[in-house]
This record gives sequence, structure tokens and C-alpha cells, in this order.
Amino acid sequence: MTAQLLELLSHPLGQMIAALAAIMAFMAVNGMALQYAERKVAGFIQRRPGPYEVGPHGLLQPFADAGKLISKQLVAPLGADRLLFWLAPLVSVAPVVVCFLPIPFSPLLTGMNINLGLLLILAFSGLNTLALCLAGWGSNNKYSLLGAARAVSQSVAYEIPLLLSVLAVAFQVGSLDLAAIAASQTQGVLSWNVLVQPLAFIIFFISGIAETNRAPFDLPEAESELTAGFHTEYSGMCFGIFFLAEYSYMVVVCAVATALFLGGWDGPVFPGPWWFLAKTFALIFAMMWFRWTFPRVRFDQLLNVCWKWLIPLGLANLVATAAIVKWVQ
Amino acid sequence: MAQDVNSRLTGDYYTAQFGPSLSEEGDTLVLNVGPQHPATHGVLRVIVELDGEYIRRAEPVLGYIHRMHEKMGEVKTYVQYLPNMGRVDYLHALAWNWAYVGAVEKLMGIEVPARAEYIRVITCELNRINSHLLWWGAYLLDLGAFTPILYAFADREHIMDILQMVTGSRLTYCYYRFGGVSADVNDEFIRRTREFVADFKKRLPMYRALVTDNIILRGRCEDIGVLTPEMARRYGATGPVLRGSGVAYDVRRAEPYSVYDRLDFDIPTGQKGDVMDRYEVRMAELDQCLRIIEQALDALPAGAHLSPDLPERFIPPKGEVYFAVEGARGKIGVYLLSDGGPKPYRLKLRAPGFSNLSLFAELAQGTLLADAVSILGSLDLVIPEIDR
Amino acid sequence: MSMKRLFQTIKGLWSLLVGLKVTGGELIKPWLTVHYPRQEVENLSSYRGHIELVPAVGDPLTPRCIMCWKCVEICPSRCISLRMHTPGEAAGAGSTDGGLFLAPDVKSPYSTHLSPPPDKIERILDSYHLNYSLCSLCGLCVQSCPADAIRFSRNAYLVGTSRQSFELDLLARLRNQATPGQPPAGRS
Repeated sequence: MTAQLLELLSHPLGQMIAALAAIMAFMAVNGMALQYAERKVAGFIQRRPGPYEVGPHGLLQPFADAGKLISKQLVAPLGADRLLFWLAPLVSVAPVVVCFLPIPFSPLLTGMNINLGLLLILAFSGLNTLALCLAGWGSNNKYSLLGAARAVSQSVAYEIPLLLSVLAVAFQVGSLDLAAIAASQTQGVLSWNVLVQPLAFIIFFISGIAETNRAPFDLPEAESELTAGFHTEYSGMCFGIFFLAEYSYMVVVCAVATALFLGGWDGPVFPGPWWFLAKTFALIFAMMWFRWTFPRVRFDQLLNVCWKWLIPLGLANLVATAAIVKWVQ
Repeated sequence: MAQDVNSRLTGDYYTAQFGPSLSEEGDTLVLNVGPQHPATHGVLRVIVELDGEYIRRAEPVLGYIHRMHEKMGEVKTYVQYLPNMGRVDYLHALAWNWAYVGAVEKLMGIEVPARAEYIRVITCELNRINSHLLWWGAYLLDLGAFTPILYAFADREHIMDILQMVTGSRLTYCYYRFGGVSADVNDEFIRRTREFVADFKKRLPMYRALVTDNIILRGRCEDIGVLTPEMARRYGATGPVLRGSGVAYDVRRAEPYSVYDRLDFDIPTGQKGDVMDRYEVRMAELDQCLRIIEQALDALPAGAHLSPDLPERFIPPKGEVYFAVEGARGKIGVYLLSDGGPKPYRLKLRAPGFSNLSLFAELAQGTLLADAVSILGSLDLVIPEIDR
Repeated sequence: MSMKRLFQTIKGLWSLLVGLKVTGGELIKPWLTVHYPRQEVENLSSYRGHIELVPAVGDPLTPRCIMCWKCVEICPSRCISLRMHTPGEAAGAGSTDGGLFLAPDVKSPYSTHLSPPPDKIERILDSYHLNYSLCSLCGLCVQSCPADAIRFSRNAYLVGTSRQSFELDLLARLRNQATPGQPPAGRS
């Protein structure tokens, strides 16, 4: 039995299946932990305890929430396009699982050793836009349609600065492989890319916040304007799946930022996946901090920031990087 | 089958009224904002015709919380009507209290002792600070900042505790009586109010740093919803909506009542009449409120809190009276027509929110939906006051 | 792009960092909320709960009420109703139940005209009911009582699961409060 299992694991397909299973477990645990952390951080910023009753200090709150979501009736509104309506949450969450594959938690703990890791992540995170379209159209609700239209323009616009900042780092290191990029920063803090390319880091982080629809760029789910935007009509676990997908995208973005800019698994003592996770969660905490501090940006201002500031800066950064790399060679 | 259901669902009276004048291109979207909506400050329904994100036409529909306060004024006696005034606009309940007792006192010629006048000033200004703080928090909640409302509520707790000490209530006060106030203030009240004024002055710079100077907020508020003074006058707007457009009209200066002519305070105005100016006017009014409270506390005389020679039953002579006060939202007016009986013949309440809301339809034309939400928040509406 | 625009942008970005500093500072400060039920608020001494009857001096089972009906007639929401009798009558012979009673001198179309009893005769209180669902805590009844027989209780934690639990029998409450060792109805 054990020998058969080991033989399966040595096969690349077997490895990928094991990796996917581990990723799905990681995503589920993350979803719950991040939701709890978000509510606690929100509470402390607002000078109140946050969840406290369910379990000690509210630690079992995510389980209660998950139980509530699972037990709700899945309703499709009258006149909704059934296929698109039910397909949207699945299209939203399926690509995220794949996005986790190339992320190098440590030299050994990478889901899939692929030399096009960055490309894979960028491609599959674009499928989120499709999911929003399906949700908005399939809900037969004007609010959802508006929310989806906003979300699509926002996502499509902010993919460009994301790409430009990532390309700058790829130019510098010479590879699209996340593991290789992370490995190139293992000579102590001073070799981290954030010190070499601070502008790219800022552009990447801001674009990441916009891509995952987090405040101050959370127009698609602007509660005070559009009730709930594209996921107005979803209840129960469908909403739970959208929720899970959003938090998982947050983790993906922060994990990629860690691998690209913050040295991956590097740390002062005992380098390993725990440093990677610590840095990822520090960035996620920063995202939460932004959410609870800033008001929402208006839609045309959002696109202004992208087209008039981030893209020119990203392009300038890229050109400068290319020039310097060429000059150094 | 689906067709039948859809034709049944769109048969609302107001939607039918709105429908015929839809634009000819035919690719606009008719959306109902409200009546259950997080951003409409009560049960307000706004039917908007959207062309993409731009508003072609907006029309508020009122009446979802009409509670017949004016009819109750005809059915209850003068004294029995007092608790109603706390419920009309629950955020600045004491100003409505004042408008009503002031009207009856004017009609009956009742003198209010000096101590009661100063107590009224102090409590009304504290209530005004409360109202502006809640407006500030709720406005930022509309704009997507979830934290400032909780900071504002922490400050409101202090004021509510102070007012609870003397009135017994925390929100819907029924504190003023004909000829004074119902309970006297003690030294504890004075001490705590002075403490609050000192603490709040230290807190205001934090609000400015967190929100007012924030570039995202400025982007949402500057040059949005520009209201010219002529348009404001045309609709009868009052309060910070009018003062934001540069017109320095404040009932406490224009038609002074009580002891306001002895108190020294400024009237902040804006220049452009955009949302940011209305915002700044309300924040500046917080400073002026603190100033008024300090002066009133210093000048608080000893004496009775309720006039000693009041009639046994409050039955005013035949006649009519109009009395106006400055509320947090604008000019609050009470018109009273008495026919000599124990109940009013006609009691008309002038709500400032009604005039302020009526300019929304014209102001929101051509703006983005996000801007319309910002403008609606800057008008500081309380729908129960509008519907009465 | 002009220098002024650049300066404004930098000032704007700085304002974002200042905002983050403010919320970061608030993050590490302690809670402001009172963590009920582990803690309770301390300012209930001035809080208006529902009204309760004041016992007579020296006799905690008897209320001070003289049954003049002033509280009944002044209440804007018609919350209070009482039953009384004079010696020789059946219990509950005089009552304020029935009809909307809005002003003493004027007949409203909904009420039977009820006249309060004349002064200076002995009256015995049979029951004193408050319909708390209608009460607006205005205090007009407390202030108009000539015998100081009503006061506000501190019963801030009154909860109920049905409408009947808000129809309060204040005479029973007075008797409960008077019996030594017995907890009063509701907490206060």
C-alpha cells in the first residue's frame, strides 16, 4: 500500500493531485482564519472586541459562520439565467486553486515546478473577471449588472500595471519562475527586491488591492451604493464561495508579492515556509488596515489612478530596469 | 408566464408616473434606490434613470414613514403633544422641543426664567454636536469608510451620558416644558460638560487628520453637487446647505430667540457651495457650538428652572403664531393656530429637510451614481422629519 | 505636469499615511465598549426605566396614590389604567378602562365620558396597570402627580418574549419590592 502510494507520488500527475488537495485544504483553513482575523482587526481599529462569544475570544466564529452559510437555502431569483447564475461561483473559485500551484512556500514546498509560474498566475486570475460577468448578468438584477460592469472595467484596467511591475522584476532576475526569483533573494535582507525596485512593489501592491476588489477600491461591492453589487442575489454557500475566492485571491496576491519582492522564504534565522507565511500575512494585515481606514474611491478616479499614474510609472520603471540590465551585462 | 409576472411587478404608481418621460434613445436603466437601502438615511426612495453610470433623472418618493404628527397635534392637548416633538427629528430632538414650546409660550405670553433659557441653550447645542457627529459618521459610512462612525459614536456617548443625567433619555428627549425646563441641572452636569468641551477640542484634530484632509475624501467631495445661492433660495434651503453656498443666514442671528443675542459666535459659510463646503461648514459649526456652550456655562445664573406662575391648564387664547429655531439641519418652524380650546386647531411643522431634499432632483442631474450618494449624504437628511 | 500638481499629489499621499497612523494608533488602544454581560454600565442612576409606584411612608405595601386620575388623563398614549373602589362598593367599581380619554373637558368621539371621583373620600386601589408597549417615557405622569406617587424605576434590563410581558402590573411590583428577601419583578 505504501509502496503504491509512493509510486503514485513520484509520478508528476500524482504530485499535482496531492498538491491540489493540499492547496484546497490550505484555502479552506485560510478562508476561515482570514475572515476571523479581518473581523478582529476591524474590531480593534474601532475600539471594540470583535467576535468574542463563540468559543474563547470568538475563535470558533468562522465555524459558526460556515455552518450558517451551508445551512441556507440556495435560491435563484425569478428570471435568472440558471446556467450562468450557478456557474459563476464555480468559475470564480476554480482558477484560484490553480494559482496556488507555482507559489514557492519553500524550495521543496512548491506545488508545481514550472518555469512560467508568473504567467500561469496572471492568466488564471483573469478568469475572475469572467466570473463577475456571469454573476452580474445571470442575476437578473440591475444592481448586480452595474456592479459587474464596474468590476470588469476595474479588473481589466488594473491588470496592466500588475503586469508591468511583475515584468520589471522578471527582467531583473531573467526568469518567470517564482521559485528562481525567490531563490535570487536569499542573501539577506539587502538582497530583497523591494529595496532594488521599491516603485514596482508599490505599483504591484496597489494593483493587487484593486484586482481583489478590496477597499479603497471595492466599488463592485459598494454596499452603500449598490446594496451588494454583483453578489446581491447570492445566498448561502454561493456567497460563501465568492467570499472564499476573494480571500484566496488576496492570499495569492500577497504570496506573489512576497516571492517577488520580499525574499520568499528567506529570513534572519531558519529560512523556511514559516517566513514566507509570516510575510504573506503581514501584507494581508496591511490590506485589512487599508480597508478600515480609507473611504471608497469613485469610479472615474479609480481609472484615473490606473491610467494616468500607475501605467506611466510602471512603464518608466520597466524601461529603466531594461536599460540598467542591458548596461550591466 | 414570466411575462405576466414581470408586468405585475412593474405596476407601481410612482414608476408609472416616472415612465412616460423616459428618454427616447431607450437604452437607459430605471433603478430604485431604496426605500430599504443603506445610504438613504431612512426610508427614502429615489427613482433614478441611469445612462450607464450617469443619472439622467432622479426623483425622490416620500411618505414611507408618514406618521401623522400634524394630525396628532389636532387630537392631543398642548401638553400631551410634547413627547411627539422628540420623535419628529430624533437627532436634534431638543430643537424641535424648543420650536414647539417657544410657539406656545409666544401665543400665551409666558415668561421663561433666565436660568431656564441658558439651560435650553446648553442642552440644545450639545444636541447639535450630537447630530453633526452622527451625520459625519453616517456620511463617511456612505462613502465607504467604516471606522469614523464608531469614533463619532464614542464621542456621542459622552454627550448622551451628560444629557441622560438631566433629562433621563438618550435620544428622544422630552425635556422642555412651557415656561422652562422640566428638571434643573446640578454641579455634576456643569462639571462634566466643561470636561467634555475640553476633551472634544482635543479630539477634533484627529478627525481632521483621519478624514477631512484625506485625499480620497477630497476627491469624493470637492466640486461635487455645486449649489448656487440662487438655487438654494429658490428651493427654500436652510441650514448648512444654504450656508455652504455662501449665504450667512442663521435663525439665531436673523431672528434671535431666547438669549442668543447675548452670546458671541460666528456663522461659518462656504464659497463654492459644493459638498466639501457643506462638510466644512458643519465641522466649523462644531467649534462654534463648543464656544456657545462655554459662554452659556459661564453666564448660567441662579434661579428657577421653571416659571413659577403658570396656569393650571394650558389653554391659549384664540390666535396664530409662528416660531422658528435653528436646528442642525436648518430652520425648524412650528405654526400654531388656536381656537381657544384645549387642543390646537392646526399645528403645522416646517421641516428643513423637506426643502433641502427637494433640490436633490435638480442637483443630481447628470452626475455619477456615486456622486449622487455623496450629495444626498451632504444634505444631512433625516427622513422621519421630512415625512413627519 | 506642473510643480503645484506634483506637490498636491505628494501632500495627498502623505495624508493617506497620516490616516493610517491614526487608525494604527487606535488599533493598539484598549476597548471603549462595555462588555455586557461581563461588565455593566455604571450610569443607570439617571436612566428612565418604566414608572413604578412609590410606597407610603411607614407602610411599604400601600402606594401613595390618591387616585385622582391626573396621570391617566395627561398620558399622551393612554398607557395607564387603574381600578379602585370606595368602601362599600365592589372591588374595581371605579375604573379608567375603556375608551380613549384624551382631555378632561372635551368628549372625544371614541370615549365614554368618565369623570374622576370627587375629593376627600377614602379610596382603595385595586390595580394599577401600565401598558409599557405604548409608553414613550415622557415623564408627564410623574410630574403631574400631586402625591409624588409615581417615579421612574431603574429597570433598564427589562426583556420579554411576548407582548403580555410588557403589560406591567405595578401594584404587584410594589408588593414584591416590599416583601423582604424577595427579588423585585425585573432587575433594578
